[in-house]
Amino acid sequence: MIQVQHVSKRFGNFEVLKEIDLAFKPGTCVALIGPNGSGKTTLLKSILQMVQVDHGAILFMGESILGQWEYRRFIGFMPQMTRYPENMTVGALIEMMIDMREHVSILDEELINSFHIRAIYHQRMGTLSGGTRQKVGACLAFLFNPYVLILDEPTAGLDPLSAEILKQKISQEKANGKLIIISSHVLSELDELASDVVYMQEGSILFQKTMAELKLETHELKLSKILEKKFRAR
Amino acid sequence: MNKIVSYVLADIIRNRMILFYAIILLALSLSVFSLEDTASKGVLSMLNLILMIVPLFNIIFSTIYMYQGSEFIDLLVSQPIQRKTLWRGMFLGLISSLGIAFLVGAGWVIVLFEPNYVGVLLLACGLLLTFIFSAIAMLAAVLFVDKAKGIGFSVLIWLFYSILFDGLILFLVFQFSDYPIERGMILVSMLNPIDLARIMILMQLDVSALMGYTGAIFKDFFGTQEGILISFSMLILWAIIPFLVSAKKFRTKDL
Repeated sequence: MIQVQHVSKRFGNFEVLKEIDLAFKPGTCVALIGPNGSGKTTLLKSILQMVQVDHGAILFMGESILGQWEYRRFIGFMPQMTRYPENMTVGALIEMMIDMREHVSILDEELINSFHIRAIYHQRMGTLSGGTRQKVGACLAFLFNPYVLILDEPTAGLDPLSAEILKQKISQEKANGKLIIISSHVLSELDELASDVVYMQEGSILFQKTMAELKLETHELKLSKILEKKFRAR
Repeated sequence: MNKIVSYVLADIIRNRMILFYAIILLALSLSVFSLEDTASKGVLSMLNLILMIVPLFNIIFSTIYMYQGSEFIDLLVSQPIQRKTLWRGMFLGLISSLGIAFLVGAGWVIVLFEPNYVGVLLLACGLLLTFIFSAIAMLAAVLFVDKAKGIGFSVLIWLFYSILFDGLILFLVFQFSDYPIERGMILVSMLNPIDLARIMILMQLDVSALMGYTGAIFKDFFGTQEGILISFSMLILWAIIPFLVSAKKFRTKDL
């Protein structure tokens, strides 16, 4: 569904992505992990062309995204620590996002309901707590029933109950055959969700493997243990 | 794009600063026209007022607005919207709201007290200066990630065109006073939108007779239809070029 081919990106002298090659298939949930500053967010943003890559190509459904923008209606993006227009109320923001789209298929309001977002429709975005903003961000990412969900640290700042609701939603969408890419540092929550693991370090892919392969290789069930074993082996 | 324009418009109209700007303009323009005994003097005072306030307010307000609106921009670039459309929508929303504020604050007063060619020219110059300095502000916002640097750049641009440029011209004129530089001066004046607007209006008034030989040469150019047309085209280019450069920069900007 998404192919990343020889993608490189540098910010000034700092090479953030080095010749990245990846392929993402529908119906999988890919866990993108790696230390801070390894280029995870930059990779996710370059799929959305929020960051313009220097070299290489990114294909969405077989077509290069270069210069394209309409493909973005098939992607729901939940950024890490988003900034929203402070003066807008939650309701107005959601209304606007719907209003801005030319093609609106059936709206998926499940998260709006389960997070009880309607109760805070009148509040301004600037007055919301970090976790609540995160919830609004999650609602927006899922709202348009996208084929691909790109979630950058989705549960960071969420209370355990809300994190659980979000995780359930993610696994439900994965079962619906969607592609889900999650970048996260919380390995325990990835255990239940991920079917594939991509490990990035200093702008390169260290490995891309399915969970089944990793489990077989290391004879461990938990992602944290798997990683520990893999790195000890080096 | 229309949706982006209407969101920006609605957002700015609710802004208190723009209300303040319109009220100040209104108070000043009403007092200027009712205090001066002849309409011509009124136009002259109004011209100086517009050349001072309009560029300053527009460049500062637009720069600050663009930095505040960066959240809105960040949010929308991940959506199925072309960056070109987004940037154009921001620009149109910005200039239409600031243009409305100018019309409400000063436009109708000018037309009321000076319902003739010069009045319309003054109105057009005020609007064009609004567009020009908003376009420059958008360029500043896309060139500098740091808000302080962006606003600093904008203030510097305003200072340059309002004050420093004239000093530079004066220096050059003094140095080359032995040469026939009058025609060249017309070209040089095109490089500063504020000066261009000033000269254009001045040449329509009787005061141009007091300017000696340079005034006569200027009148020869700016007094004619072609001269006015060329000057207007230059002012329009002054708005379009900074905007196009900013749009080109924005298209490849990493967010």
